[in-house]
Amino acid sequence: MSENVEKYIKRKVFMSTSSRIAQKFVDAGLEKIRACINCGTCTGGCPSGRRTAYRTRSAIRKALTGDESVLQDIDIWLCSTCYYCYERCPRNIPVTDMIIKLRNIAVEEGYILDSHFGLANDIFYTTGHGVPANGEANKKWRDLRESYGLPPLPPTVHSYPEAVKECQELMKIVGFKKLMDNAGKLKEERAKKEKSNKEE
Amino acid sequence: MNKDYKWHYGLFLGCVIPNRYPMIEASIRNVFDHLGAKLLDLPGASCCPAPGVFRAFHIPTWLVIAARNISIAEEIGVNPLTGCNGCYGTLRDAWYELEHEYELKKEVNEYLAKIGRTYKGNLEPKHVVQALYLDMGLDYLKDYIKLKFSDLKVAVHYGCHIVKPSDKRPWDGEYEAPRFLDEIVELTGAKSIEYKDKYMCCGAGGAVRTAVKEVAADFTREKLTNMRNAGVDIVIDCCPFCHLQLDLGQMEANSIFKNEIGEPFKIPVIYITQLLGLSFGMDPNLLGLVKNHELTGVPPFISVEPFLNIVKGQLT
Repeated sequence: MSENVEKYIKRKVFMSTSSRIAQKFVDAGLEKIRACINCGTCTGGCPSGRRTAYRTRSAIRKALTGDESVLQDIDIWLCSTCYYCYERCPRNIPVTDMIIKLRNIAVEEGYILDSHFGLANDIFYTTGHGVPANGEANKKWRDLRESYGLPPLPPTVHSYPEAVKECQELMKIVGFKKLMDNAGKLKEERAKKEKSNKEE
Repeated sequence: MNKDYKWHYGLFLGCVIPNRYPMIEASIRNVFDHLGAKLLDLPGASCCPAPGVFRAFHIPTWLVIAARNISIAEEIGVNPLTGCNGCYGTLRDAWYELEHEYELKKEVNEYLAKIGRTYKGNLEPKHVVQALYLDMGLDYLKDYIKLKFSDLKVAVHYGCHIVKPSDKRPWDGEYEAPRFLDEIVELTGAKSIEYKDKYMCCGAGGAVRTAVKEVAADFTREKLTNMRNAGVDIVIDCCPFCHLQLDLGQMEANSIFKNEIGEPFKIPVIYITQLLGLSFGMDPNLLGLVKNHELTGVPPFISVEPFLNIVKGQLT
C-alpha cells in the first residue's frame, strides 16, 4: 500500500468517539470506507433500498463516524448481498463486504434476529446443513428425494456422522460456538431488561 | 459399461439442492453424465456455509468450513462443482481469498490440521453453468441437441453470485449484462426475452428471506411483474435458492401482494439442466420434471404442467 494511502486514507477516523465498538470498526478493516465520499451510488443501485428503509450510504456513514445505532437497526440485515454497490462504487470500496463485516460486529454485540440465531445455533451447528433433511420432521424431503431416484439422504454430512463432528470441532476452535453462546446470553439479558422497563 | 468420461468433477451439493429441490440434483447428475462428465460425490461435505447468513455471523467460521469443503474435493483430486450461486459465492470467494492471502491460508490450515485435513487451493471451484459454457463450450453442447422448441419464450434469471463480485468470477469482469446463460438457453431453440431489470436479485439472499419474508417476496413480485409484462412462458435459472424464491416465493408474493398484482402469478420455474436435457432428447423422468409421488407441501409449488404441455406441443 502506498505511503499516501496510509497517511491520508487509513488515518484514524474515530477521533470524536472513543467507544469500544468504534475500535472494533477499525480492527475489522472498516477504515477502508474512509475513502467514501458519500456519493450514494451504492444506495442508487440497491434493490433493497427501493422498498425498505435500508440506505447503504447511511449505514456506511454511521460505521465511519462510529454511530453504534447501525448495529441495532434491522436495516443492515435487509441487504440481499446482490453486490451492485460493490461493483459500482466509484471509490472501489468493497461495500457489500463492509456490510457483512458490520453484521459480524452486530452479532458479537448480541444483535442477531431470532430466526438467524436459531438457524446458526440449532440447525447449522447440530446438523452441518443450513437446510437439513434428517430427523422425523423432515421425512417428506427424504421421500421426495427417493421419488426422483435418489437415495433418501445425500452423501453429505447427513450420511457421515463423523463429518458433523468434524464441523462442530472446527466451529468450536474457531470461536463460533462461543460467539453464539455469548450472543444468546446478550439477547436474553436485553429481553429481560426490556421486560422490566415495560413493567415499570 | 465402462464409459470414457472427458471431465471429472466433485459434485458439491450444498443444502437447498439435495434437501429441498432434489429434482435439480437429478437433472444435474443425469445431464452431466449424458455429456460425458463424471460427477463424483464429496463424502461428508457440509453447508458451504451460506454467504449471506453464516459469513455475516462470523467470517472466520465461514472461511474455515468452506476450506474444509474444498479440501474434500482436493482429496479426490477433482474441481468442486456446484449448481448453486450461493455455494459458488462461498467456495469461490473463500478460494480466492486464500489464494491471495498467504497468512490467512496458513491460519486456516492450522485449524484444519486439528481435524486431520489440509487445504491446498490448487483446484478452482466451478459452477454448473461455468462447466457447460467454459469447460465444454457451446459447440460441444450443440452436438447433443436433438430437439428444438419452436416458440418457447424464456425469462432468463442469472441471480447475483454467479457473476458478482466480478473480480472473483470467470466472466472477464462482465456483470451488468452477461449473455452466457442466454446463449445456452437459445441452443434449445427457445427465445430469451428481454425484460425490465433482468439482472435484478430474486430477493432471497443475504439472509433477507430468513429475516423478513415480505421483503424478499417484494423483490420477487417486482421481478415476476416484469417477466409477465414481457410475455414469457417460463423462467430459467441456475441457482436453487433463486429457484426456491421464484417458486415458493411466487406463491408467497401471490398471497402477500394479492391486491397489487391482479391475477396471481403462475410462471413455471425450470432449472437450466432440466431445459437442456429435454433438448438432448432425455426422458423427463431423469430430469426431475415428472411428479412421481403423493406428497404434499413439496415443490414445485407453481405447477410445471403448462411447460410440459409446451414440451409436448412444440419440442421437435
